[in-house]
Amino acid sequence: MLELATQSLLTPAGIDSGDLERALGRLVEGQIDLGDLYFQHRQNEGWSLEDGIVKSGSFSIDQGVGVRAISGTGTGFAYADAINMPALMQAAGNARAIARSGRSGTTAVTRAVHAPALYAADNPVEAADSASKVDLLRTIDAYTRSLDPRITQVSVSLSCQHESILVAASDGTLAGDVRPLIRLDVRVIAEQGDRRESGNAGGGGRYALAGLMAPESWQKFADEAVRQALVNLEAVDAPAGFMKVVLGPGWPGVLLHEAIGHGLEGDFHRKGISAFSGRMGERIATEHCTVVDDGTLAERRGSLSIDDEGTPGARNVLIENGRLTGLMQDKLNARAMGVAPTGNGRRESFAHLPLPRMTNTYMLPGEHAPEDIIASVDDGIYAVNFNGGQVDITSGKFVFVASEAYRIKNGKLGAPIKGATLIGNGPDVLTRVAMVGNDLELDSGVGVCGKEGQGVPVGVGQPTLRIDGLTVGGTQ
Amino acid sequence: MSQVINRDIETGSPLLRDSESERAMLEDAAARVLARARAGGADAAEVSVSSSHGRNVTVRLGEIDVLEDARDRGVSVTVYINRASGSASTGDLGAESLERAVDQALAIARHTQPDPAGGLAPAELMASRIEDFDQWHPRELDMATLIERAKLIEQAGMDADARIENSEGASVSADAAIGVYANSHGFVGSGRSTRFDQSCVLVARDKSGMQRDWDWDDQGRFEALADPATTGRKAAERAVRRLGARSAPSGRTPVLFDNNVALGLVRHLVGAVSGGNLYRRSSFLLDAVGKRLFPEWVRIDEDPHLPGGARSSSFDSEGVATRQQPLIEAGVLQRYVLGSYSARKLGLQTTANAGGVRNLLFSPGTRSFDELVAEMGRGLVVTEVMGQGVNLVTGDYSRGASGFWVEEGRIAYPVEEITIAGNLRDMFAGLVEAGSDLETRRNIQVPSLLLDGMTVAGQQAEGDPE
Repeated sequence: MLELATQSLLTPAGIDSGDLERALGRLVEGQIDLGDLYFQHRQNEGWSLEDGIVKSGSFSIDQGVGVRAISGTGTGFAYADAINMPALMQAAGNARAIARSGRSGTTAVTRAVHAPALYAADNPVEAADSASKVDLLRTIDAYTRSLDPRITQVSVSLSCQHESILVAASDGTLAGDVRPLIRLDVRVIAEQGDRRESGNAGGGGRYALAGLMAPESWQKFADEAVRQALVNLEAVDAPAGFMKVVLGPGWPGVLLHEAIGHGLEGDFHRKGISAFSGRMGERIATEHCTVVDDGTLAERRGSLSIDDEGTPGARNVLIENGRLTGLMQDKLNARAMGVAPTGNGRRESFAHLPLPRMTNTYMLPGEHAPEDIIASVDDGIYAVNFNGGQVDITSGKFVFVASEAYRIKNGKLGAPIKGATLIGNGPDVLTRVAMVGNDLELDSGVGVCGKEGQGVPVGVGQPTLRIDGLTVGGTQ
Repeated sequence: MSQVINRDIETGSPLLRDSESERAMLEDAAARVLARARAGGADAAEVSVSSSHGRNVTVRLGEIDVLEDARDRGVSVTVYINRASGSASTGDLGAESLERAVDQALAIARHTQPDPAGGLAPAELMASRIEDFDQWHPRELDMATLIERAKLIEQAGMDADARIENSEGASVSADAAIGVYANSHGFVGSGRSTRFDQSCVLVARDKSGMQRDWDWDDQGRFEALADPATTGRKAAERAVRRLGARSAPSGRTPVLFDNNVALGLVRHLVGAVSGGNLYRRSSFLLDAVGKRLFPEWVRIDEDPHLPGGARSSSFDSEGVATRQQPLIEAGVLQRYVLGSYSARKLGLQTTANAGGVRNLLFSPGTRSFDELVAEMGRGLVVTEVMGQGVNLVTGDYSRGASGFWVEEGRIAYPVEEITIAGNLRDMFAGLVEAGSDLETRRNIQVPSLLLDGMTVAGQQAEGDPE
């Protein structure tokens, strides 16, 4: 990985390890605790189909170098959108404005970080030619339209990304990664009488494009998008109030991401502004709950061989049998809190600063069959799909928005209900988990997490869960 | 203060120092791109080129948190061959990189399918005169000035109330940007603008727990920014007033959206009448032009030529001449929000809204926010909404909310962890009154809005004294 990243990022610009050390030396003049250089080259290719034709395609190349100097908890940051020595040295000069005096530093990048290869080796931009990608979209369109005459609109999009990154830091780190990322989305509109509803499904990850182009993969997405739209045509108004909620497996794990994941990111703890601040070791969930953040899963959308600071990806246990056991850290916050970085230092691009971020966050399975969990509820809802969520870190209040849900009455599933927001309090919600299913699933690979204006790909997952009390935001 | 700032970062911004030569460079890049596209077989092409320079400082608890120097350039090109299109973009404006981007766009256009609605906007609609809307107020601000200001903001907030015990920091930023759009009709237009921003996020604590809130200002001129102490104090007031928040009674109740949340309602309207959602049949407002959506007193106008407006421009993102035009008059939808592509899909004319609406103005009422609270009597003031629970296909609206419960025409206590739900069609029709408190710092300017009723869900039963 490091060799490949070096060849793609540094060799074309004629930058060698001596140059890296010279730039880092410039950066760490003065009282700098850590300086790093982040080189990135990213290709994106996208195709989209609408109204039965592949009407647009796009291609972009972004490359550059981000330069950061950390002094205590202060950061100086600059970047250049070209990779060459003059631009690198100028950015280094700007970033070190955080320094408090002008003494010269020395540094050596000797600690090469080797990490296991977690992703497919191919570049998805080149793994198939344009004609076959266009054909794929048309085939998916025809298949989707054939599923039901009530489908009036179909849009399909395919995106392929290939990225090389290289990190050189004044702590000696020298690490590289080459990351593919693919995604396919199907969106439909179904109409019946006066009703019009949408459905969408998709997926992807850091696996080979051939896997996504195989009919058994994309047919699942098309089937699912159509099924959802047709279910929603029958949906009745959702109930309003505080009630029991059963969450389906997989993507509903967005609950964990919002309700507790963000609140366990190291920056909020270093600053003391998380609703979970100071609660390490305490019970914050029922004993059925063990939650991990795992960057080491093969080919997953949120996985990372190394993070964007050169720390190897890791499996971190956040909650073990109900007790808070771990936080997610980047280098700056780990240093300030006197702990080790956890492989969660991530950034959207060279033009953004690293922050502690999640990778793939999920709850381990329990012992109950999902049908028993539903049967145990007298009056509540069963929510199987969600749009996304949001959290206020400090008050702990979080929302997530159901896009497919059903009423449960007397242990039996009833009519589908319209989309509704569910709201709860992060520090309470897992103390209300009464049953955990044996059906752990991870999502299909569509998550984007936003924090401080930066988007990064993430994964979520969970088994079926029964939560004894969330506020459901319907109209009835 | 022991801070010594290195000289290197004080060398200033070439973009600010000589914006004319930067603009000339961008125009030259645009011309090269169009020439290359034409030579490569494109029937038509369009290109946007931009350059920006920003400085951003964040101070937290009196110490520097982040100093950032951000310089970005970018170009994006779309080419058309027999009505099939291809697009490419890059951040590198070097000659070789520009050529590669054009060639990639051409290669893509040879694989996409002809689209009868594709192509440039009609040549006869191109803007013929490019006016200056007073958006360029360059001011070289060194990091030390920005740091000093951020410290004043945060300190004023920390000092404002004993319950303010933590901070996420105060930020001050200065940005300048130049953009050029050109197409193969021969249209070339450019614009430049400066923005200055300050904000502060503070954390209040008492025995009930922690609450966070913020205040901000955003202006085209540095001198127009609010006094630093005002921003800090307001952030403190807003965080403190949320302390002790509890749930609200469930049931149907009048709702008063403050002018920040009310802006969201107008954004949903704009989304639902935008061409892309209409031709995809993904809107609850298909065929709504000429229909009454709001009460008769509601009027919303678009003024792309507002002096000093953040998004003012003589031309839209396809070069089409912009004009002042109503969106809602006497409660009736006057037009859609279209660019040339969606206009052709719908068999209509572009409304010069490629790239979105420019400056929108919701005509304010005459009574203050407090008078609207008194008018409401009993109900909910919403100051924040959470989540993406707005479905533009159906108009269904269900979101997390926080704010204040109102009893006897006065704010009784702060509320949180509740939801508000309804349908946008009913919410628009159910507007009761607009406040006089127009939020003028955004390009969509909206006053606080009183709605007749929404469904509130919380953990209190209706009539529960607690």
